[in-house]
Amino acid sequence: MKHVKYLVWFCCFWLAVPPARAVIEIEITKGLDSARPIAVIPFATREGVRPPVDVAMVVNSDLRRSGRFRPMPLADLPERPFSASAVQVKLWQEKGIEAVLVGTVKALPDGDFEVGFELVDPFRSDLDGHLENGELVVPGVSVLVARTARVPAEALRKYAHHISDVVYETLTGVRGAFSTKIAYVGIDRTQTNPYQLFVADADGYAPFALVKSRLPIMSPAWSPDGQQLAYVSFEGRRSAVVVQHVYTGERRVVSRLPGINGAPSWSPDGKRLALTLSKDGNPEIYMLELDNLRLTRLTRNSAIDTEPAWYPDGTAIAFTSDRGGSPQIYRMNLVDRKATRLTFQGNYNAGASFTADGRQMVLVHRATDQFHIAIMEMQTGLMQELTETWLDESPSVAPNGSMIIYATLSRGRRVLAAVSTDGRFRAILPSSQGEVRAPAWSPFLN
Amino acid sequence: MKKVFGKIAFMGMASLVLAACSSNQADTSATETQPVAEQPVVTEQLPPQKTAEELAREADIEKRKARIIYFDFDKSEIKPEYRELLQAHGEFLAKHPEINVVLEGHADERGTPEYNIALGERRAKAVADIFRTLGVSDSQMQVVSYGEERPVDPGHNEAAWAKNRRVEIRYND
Repeated sequence: MKHVKYLVWFCCFWLAVPPARAVIEIEITKGLDSARPIAVIPFATREGVRPPVDVAMVVNSDLRRSGRFRPMPLADLPERPFSASAVQVKLWQEKGIEAVLVGTVKALPDGDFEVGFELVDPFRSDLDGHLENGELVVPGVSVLVARTARVPAEALRKYAHHISDVVYETLTGVRGAFSTKIAYVGIDRTQTNPYQLFVADADGYAPFALVKSRLPIMSPAWSPDGQQLAYVSFEGRRSAVVVQHVYTGERRVVSRLPGINGAPSWSPDGKRLALTLSKDGNPEIYMLELDNLRLTRLTRNSAIDTEPAWYPDGTAIAFTSDRGGSPQIYRMNLVDRKATRLTFQGNYNAGASFTADGRQMVLVHRATDQFHIAIMEMQTGLMQELTETWLDESPSVAPNGSMIIYATLSRGRRVLAAVSTDGRFRAILPSSQGEVRAPAWSPFLN
Repeated sequence: MKKVFGKIAFMGMASLVLAACSSNQADTSATETQPVAEQPVVTEQLPPQKTAEELAREADIEKRKARIIYFDFDKSEIKPEYRELLQAHGEFLAKHPEINVVLEGHADERGTPEYNIALGERRAKAVADIFRTLGVSDSQMQVVSYGEERPVDPGHNEAAWAKNRRVEIRYND
């Protein structure tokens, strides 16, 4: 009887796990020491029904992957309380733990779950006590944030990311980016259609192939509302810029002119794409109105002009040009269309994009002979190399500006990697299969 | 031709030696006569004479068998060693306006993917420019750049990169 019961449990668990195709893992290579020590206690699961998602484990991984936090290993937890009132602050103070997350996941009769969580600061005392779910909590425990919600079983994972967002924002003052998505191109040369455009949760979970092609797919870019992706497809052995709705699958070829159709970048209002076309002889930057497909040419130069990136305020674009002899980043004001050079350090600067506040520019930079991801302060022009990996390209910044995801080479394979914008945290995200390239971090989705 | 004559001379000598052996054998047995094994006649002929025109066409086809030219890093200048090859293709295409080619430009994996698309196109266009001067019409040529997306050698070293920085001249596409 016992064996049968285990078998049932095993089957349930197995069904809940998605196929392990192109799943991205994480291998933190630097920066865990400087992260803040916290504790995520496994959530209580009463009523005997095991929830399909280990909510606390998802939160634990999220916070660890953010590079800002170092959740205590489960084996080291001095106690495993389920509510704030049960937390013995002294135990955590001794360990130097800055915050303790406790919670419960209760099965409800209709199949939903009630998820509650509380974040405790062991170093701050709550002398007067406070109200929690209508009850007075004994003085002495300082609860930074507490919430309860009814969550359908299939939304538990999503809610876990929401908890991560709340914890992150409470402890850092910066909005969390755990409920976002990433798009990337997977290349598996053993498949008939080796090139696939994937969308996955920000933690690499649940990858879904939106497009499969025999010929290359490049440069995915999220629309500002996070509903559509623009990308380059070589279907029919020539390039085209395609706009595809992520959730309805609706697909529209917006540019398929002779020569290059590439490097799409959405305007902040989502109504236009800046892109590269070579229909007039050599690569130039154009603006494409998405509702009527009207084109406006922005650059006029015999050099290569490509990789447009909108300034977040929509008044200018940055782009790559080799008009000065080597690839460098230029800025074009969209009012007078005058171009001015932005980068002066290094012999190769390309593929620029901006943090949401527009104060920093992320780019591919080569000082002498290695390509690394760098960040430039727009005020001072100061450039800082962030990575030490090899053949780095395609950086994409998280919507909260905390982290950059990029493509690199690790152990002879094309993989994704992450680095915090302060350069302190670094991680490799190896894929379980094939090569992974061209990551694009979505905007905030709700 | 020298080799063929040498071969015939050698075979002739071998026949003589064999014949000598046979006659020796005949000498030692007085009562029995043994017929000498009949030697098949060996003949060779010269290859058919080709006209100068045929030879030129063959040389041209031979030259045009090479359809890939290679470039230096971040460069799109055609190296002098490829002039003859491009001339062979260009003159052939100029003579056959009904034949079309795709000029496929490629880059190595260093640098950004979109910049490499531009670089690959610049390389393919450098080839198209030479073809144009040889009389190939624009309608015969389609330029497409795959940048770093379709390497012939997936390695991550200079040897692989050198093979990947290329323009492929593709007929029948």
